[in-house]
Amino acid sequence: MAREKKVHNPLFHVVKREPLPFLPALGIRAAAVVAALIVSALVITVLSQQNPLEVYKSMFEGSFGSSVRIWNLALNLAMLLCVSLVVTPAFKMKFWNIGAEGQVLISGLATVACMFFLGDQFAFLGDKKPYVLIPIMLGASILAGILWAVLPAIAKALWNTNETLFTLMMNYIAIQLVAYFLKKYVKSGSGVLEPMPQHGLPVIGDMDYLLSILIVLALTVIVYVYLKHSKQGYEISVVGESVNTAKYIGINVKKVIIRTLAISGAIAGVAGFLLVGGINHTISTTTVGGRGFTAIMVSWLAKFNPLTMIITSFLIVFMERGAEQISSDFNVDPSISDILTGIILFFIIGCEFFLQYKIVFNKNRKEEV
Amino acid sequence: MNNNIALECRGITKTFGHVVANKNVNLSVKRGEILSILGENGSGKTTLMNMISGIYFPDQGSIFVNGTEVSIRSPKDAFNLKIGMIHQHFKLVDVFDATENIVLGLSGKKFNIKKAKKEIQETCDKYGFEIDLSKKIYDMSVSEKQTVEIVKVLYRGADILILDEPTAVLTPQEIQKLFAVLRRMRDDGKAIIIITHKLHEVLELSDRVSVLRKGEYIGTVNTAESTEQSLTEMMVGEKISLDIDRPEPHDTKDRLVVKGLDCFNADGVKVLDDISFVAKSGEILGIAGIAGSGQRELLEAIAGLQKLSGGEIVYNDPKTEKAENLRNKTPIEIKNLGVRLSFVPEDRLGMGLVGNMGIADNMMLRSYKRGKSMFLERKEPKKLANKIIDDLKVVTPDANTPVRRLSGGNVQKVLVGREIAASPTVLMAAYPVRGLDINSSYTIYNLLTEQKEKGVAVIFVGEDLDVLLDLCDRILVLSDGRVTGIVDGRTAKKEEIGLLMTKSKEGK
Repeated sequence: MAREKKVHNPLFHVVKREPLPFLPALGIRAAAVVAALIVSALVITVLSQQNPLEVYKSMFEGSFGSSVRIWNLALNLAMLLCVSLVVTPAFKMKFWNIGAEGQVLISGLATVACMFFLGDQFAFLGDKKPYVLIPIMLGASILAGILWAVLPAIAKALWNTNETLFTLMMNYIAIQLVAYFLKKYVKSGSGVLEPMPQHGLPVIGDMDYLLSILIVLALTVIVYVYLKHSKQGYEISVVGESVNTAKYIGINVKKVIIRTLAISGAIAGVAGFLLVGGINHTISTTTVGGRGFTAIMVSWLAKFNPLTMIITSFLIVFMERGAEQISSDFNVDPSISDILTGIILFFIIGCEFFLQYKIVFNKNRKEEV
Repeated sequence: MNNNIALECRGITKTFGHVVANKNVNLSVKRGEILSILGENGSGKTTLMNMISGIYFPDQGSIFVNGTEVSIRSPKDAFNLKIGMIHQHFKLVDVFDATENIVLGLSGKKFNIKKAKKEIQETCDKYGFEIDLSKKIYDMSVSEKQTVEIVKVLYRGADILILDEPTAVLTPQEIQKLFAVLRRMRDDGKAIIIITHKLHEVLELSDRVSVLRKGEYIGTVNTAESTEQSLTEMMVGEKISLDIDRPEPHDTKDRLVVKGLDCFNADGVKVLDDISFVAKSGEILGIAGIAGSGQRELLEAIAGLQKLSGGEIVYNDPKTEKAENLRNKTPIEIKNLGVRLSFVPEDRLGMGLVGNMGIADNMMLRSYKRGKSMFLERKEPKKLANKIIDDLKVVTPDANTPVRRLSGGNVQKVLVGREIAASPTVLMAAYPVRGLDINSSYTIYNLLTEQKEKGVAVIFVGEDLDVLLDLCDRILVLSDGRVTGIVDGRTAKKEEIGLLMTKSKEGK
């Protein structure tokens, strides 16, 4: 009786692999991108009856097709990167700040308020106006960002509240405050505030956004050095890895939580200041445009390394711009491009699994026993 | 093939990444037999058992139950084959009573808990388990919980029982009770596999011993024909001395005087109750007790990590001869007083070290604040890391490899090395050899003795009474957060300590 019974081994099983060296790991990532492009091509062909190669070409053109597009790409990359820098110190501490959207928006509101109420007051200074107005805008913006980020941190440090919920809720408060500001002070009643470039950041040559981009790059390097080489950055890593270890060596965990979120808030202040003072010169409830949430992905994909975040934010901005281009070039529904973005991200994130595990097929599966 | 064989493994191999946990392991256990599986930590004992009980699936090899090849893909498969495993960490629902835990997960349309209780009671009586089936798990001692786990697998009809280090958490008296029950089960025709690394238990209980070393199967011997020395050699692969050197203490001075410590935990339960003792320089003070009797809280209180509700901790500075009260001071305040207190906590990777950082960065934990610059100084820690790697023979690719990737023994060497590098006057170590192989354990014992010879007051919390009795000059026994006795390590008997370990509980 026992002879007739076959042993049913599973088809495959998953085995943890040893850490991969750099090149094979890069190979797996490249393979993931290729696989993503192939699957996307199939989806494009089936859903929109377009030639996938043409679609990819248009996607590429969306970012690199003209100098205006390249500038747009650089600007969007810089802003996404800047917002990602907001969440990164907190994430490194395993403080899940999902309120970057609100922190940046409230900073933007502070900036716009300075421009709106003080801009003309300082007109008598003539050429010297920016030297007074801009520091005020920046200071107000940073203070607002710190306030928005430190409130949840204090609650977390003192009463161990859930920072995810708290920071999320702060987003809605910021959005509502902006809506209130627009309703109250936009005289036309349209709810759209006229841009005030005359009170904005100075322009280098005729390159509108260059200054903002350079500031973000400098900030990226500063945050990288701070996290990696400063004593405070070391404390952040220790608290993030293990609160018990931090207490054991005498780190004041509450202080580190509040201090780190103050830094996050200050970066949010810079982000809001650049968005409003340097780029838009006005504000709406969608000024941050969801970057506060996309930033979470940018930061995670880069494993919280600010320099790697340049690459991950490029990737995401590139795909967003490409998706917009596809839907306008081929006159397809924008949801198609969203599907493509989804597929590509799925493969890129999914390939992390194959970096850590391998699948072993059982050879002797069909052997008779 | 012998018909009496209940379970047989042939050529079992299992790898995790580059770690080979089991390599071509053969094993068999007969009905009516107790088989010990002996091996050092990391030798693959638990992995092997997890494959038999369906938690892992072997990469290669086959398992036979009662002579038939089987494929065990899940714990449910194992259960259907009448294999029952009692894990090191109990898997019980705290708010349920014993009966409810035992019947939990059984299928059947209509379930009669009264009838089940009667049947469970019969099982208990048959093998001589003493247990109150209506008692809630949270009211139970560790030994009672273990009994529930064993009754659970028996009630479900297991014929092959696997026990993973069942004695690690028991007192000597409880171990004797457990052994009596296991012998009765053996006489009833059950096949029993017991994983352990305590040699005297192997010799006392089992019929045969299978030895694993570094994942490889070394061989099986009849217990009657082996000795502690011969088994150690099989386990380690070389001859080693099992004696611990214990020099007489000299020039002892009262270094740390603890008086009447009281401490409540977060739930308001009194975890330390009027603890008083003196730790002397040039001496190893052992702390014995059942796990969770207040050892952790006591050491953390001294290190400044626990709020106390009463008592004092007086430190006598050897240089200034000043007496400082350390009670309710933070670790930084203690350090700023010039108190050189080193602490090797029980939870090495969760408290003593940061698992994702390299050895050099972990060295920095104690020293990163030095200097006025806001940036880290990485040269000195790196030097210290390399010195510890050389001196203590830490096996690691380099000083930057995350310490969580090192083996338990190497992790511990890094931690103890760092704490000793601070040239402490008081050195506290909680379970410093837990999970370490024999060679690493002896390295740690020697390091502690070395510190004692240098005049450090060493406090050693241990679980193996034999080691405590061989290593320590005096042994303090904790039971339920109270000191039930301080005995001389050279003259005390194991049974005496065992009784002290459970003293206040029985008194209640």
